[in-house]
Amino acid sequence: MTKRNDLLLVTSSPHIHSRDNVPTAMRDVLLALLPALLCGLYFFRLPALAVVLVCVISAYVSELLCLKANGKEVRITEHSAAVTGLLLSFCLPPGLPLWMAALGSAFAIVIVKHLFGGLGQNIFNPALIGRAFLLASFPVAMTRWSRPLDGVSTATPLGILKEAAGQPLPDLSQLFIGNVAGSIGETSALAVLIGGLYLLYRGHIDWRTPGSFLGTVFLLTVVVGAIKGEGIQYPLFHLLSGGLFLGAFFMATDWVTSPVTRVGRILFGVGCGCLVVLIRLKGGYPEGVAYSILLMNVVTPLIDRYTKARVFGGARSNG
Amino acid sequence: MSKATFRGGIHVTGHKELTSGAATIHAVVPDRICIPLSQHIGAACAPLVNVGDRVKKGERIGEVKGFVSSPVHATVSGTVTAIEVMEHPGGSFVPCIVIENDYLEEWHESIRPNSAPATFSPEEIRKIVFEAGIVGMGGATFPTHVKYAPVEGKAVDTVILNGVECEPYLTSDHRLMLEKADRIVAGLGYIMKSVGCSRGVVAVEDNKLDAVAMLREAARSNPAFSVIVMKEKYPQGSEKQLIYACTGREVPVGGLPIAVGVIVNNVGTAAAIADAVEMGIPLIERYVTVSGDGVLKPANYLARVGTLFSDLIAQSGGTVGEVERVISGGPMMGKTVFSMEVPIVKGSSGIVVMKKPERAGPAEYPCVRCAKCVDVCPAFLEPTSLVKLAKRCKWEEADAANIMSCIECGSCVYVCPARIPLVQYIRRAKQAVLAGKAKATAVK
Repeated sequence: MTKRNDLLLVTSSPHIHSRDNVPTAMRDVLLALLPALLCGLYFFRLPALAVVLVCVISAYVSELLCLKANGKEVRITEHSAAVTGLLLSFCLPPGLPLWMAALGSAFAIVIVKHLFGGLGQNIFNPALIGRAFLLASFPVAMTRWSRPLDGVSTATPLGILKEAAGQPLPDLSQLFIGNVAGSIGETSALAVLIGGLYLLYRGHIDWRTPGSFLGTVFLLTVVVGAIKGEGIQYPLFHLLSGGLFLGAFFMATDWVTSPVTRVGRILFGVGCGCLVVLIRLKGGYPEGVAYSILLMNVVTPLIDRYTKARVFGGARSNG
Repeated sequence: MSKATFRGGIHVTGHKELTSGAATIHAVVPDRICIPLSQHIGAACAPLVNVGDRVKKGERIGEVKGFVSSPVHATVSGTVTAIEVMEHPGGSFVPCIVIENDYLEEWHESIRPNSAPATFSPEEIRKIVFEAGIVGMGGATFPTHVKYAPVEGKAVDTVILNGVECEPYLTSDHRLMLEKADRIVAGLGYIMKSVGCSRGVVAVEDNKLDAVAMLREAARSNPAFSVIVMKEKYPQGSEKQLIYACTGREVPVGGLPIAVGVIVNNVGTAAAIADAVEMGIPLIERYVTVSGDGVLKPANYLARVGTLFSDLIAQSGGTVGEVERVISGGPMMGKTVFSMEVPIVKGSSGIVVMKKPERAGPAEYPCVRCAKCVDVCPAFLEPTSLVKLAKRCKWEEADAANIMSCIECGSCVYVCPARIPLVQYIRRAKQAVLAGKAKATAVK
């Protein structure tokens, strides 16, 4: 036998990996959120900036404390806390008192993420629960909207549609670029779409989720619009207003809380779409994106269970 | 024209440009040749020679023991100096016959060209394939004559030659197709005759269109032959994915290709069969790529079986920097070897020498359910779910979730952003499932 000073590293195949990893994926998500962030800051100015910063900082600090308290390795360099904080700030009104923003962000990280076991373990989308928590706790502050650029208090387009019939609705082009009242990062469908397309291009999200989500909302509102005798304006208004694009591209596609199967993602999107239309038209709130996704989060394990793919070479019946 | 493909899989950086343009070099035959007595799946051979014997090139020196087995032959003329246990590139230790090369290159008397190969019956071709020690040269090393044995009630209608070579770095099959297209096509004809079918296909990825042109030229004379261009995607060369892409047929779970009337062989196997049938030459040499960032001059070689990895690496200018790993085969499914003092065997398609990376890779994270592993799995499994079962030793549940259908291509690990060793967990679980089944059978 040869001398044993020539030993090499022996590993089990494969011996190479793609360059993507959790930190780079989170960085990609942050990058994809940048256009919507810039739009939000442009339209809502300093109050928006303050809310965003407070949410992100609160998320980082909460993450750090949780990791320490749980005796886990501290590696917040993977930026998932920043994604949660930023996404939460995107669905908050620009003038929200900062302590509320900080509280919501801490709630999202501590209660929704870490009490369920940390990264990868949570059942609900932390940012959306953070928003639901704030809305339940501070209903007045959470529904005080301001007009873009001048900050004058006003109602959101969906609020006008639901409760203030008679007030003029913004036209579709304003909705598309985001020059309307609403949460910080949700108003510009265009900016969100740019980020969403980037995530699609990078392979981090599947077109099936936003496709089926938006498609369902569109089809249902086409039908409702036809019954109401409204034209194509009506479904397009629903498509572009509120947090639908943000929800469809960034929340419903959340890795941890959405299904892993291809068929499951379609069901998830269709379910979200149905619930959004139901809440918007029949519910107590003008907007239902956050709740629709949270409700579908609940059935994600069930969807995964019943939509398992047929194994290659297996029988072609459903099983 | 649309290209044949399958669902799932990954796009890997090929690094094939390192060697794809380099004409094959006849490797220097070393002073000392080490021929393992097991170069195939199945029972190892018994030595037919003793220390001190003189052997000639092409002489049978290892006799089969059992049905699934394949003989081995001397690849040089010279003197047997030792029969000892050595490292095998497959990761085990097996008895090897060590021959001191006398450089006379004297062929054994049994090696002579066949005057009328076209008149051979299917049985005669199968016998020649067996006696020439031919095994699957794509790496699986399944004895080829066993593959051709007729199965009751199963007719073969298509023979597919696998020239996909989807593993990064490897270009030995590419060079073979460019340099010996006529031998491959001739071999395909003998295989078709041996299994009694009328359709022969060579499958090549679209990153080797020059090889496609050569093969089409060589196959022009016979309308039963065709060349199918496949989309470049890993693991296109995997047998079941290849059959699906070429024929639209899915090999049933737990079944063999013959269940859907198909036999798949590597292009190198076909060329070896042509040499055996026409010239009587057993499988004693093969095309080998030596590549990777840890070797000075990557190249393709025609090397004798039994040449050591270190011999070929030395011919390639030696190593560069601090070598961390040496892979027998490609980096996706190949096996790392303990040392470079292991021999080339019949299934050695390449040697990939990898330097120690400058920075350590990212740490392992918990699964974030990104489902990338689910999306890429060519067997349509959920690797992340299987691993959760494997971690809790739920072997029966894993079996029910079709874990045995995993082809271990490693695509899931390649894409996993959390760097979870998914396929490694799955391999462990598959062993446990098999062990559990064996135990259950024993109890009955």
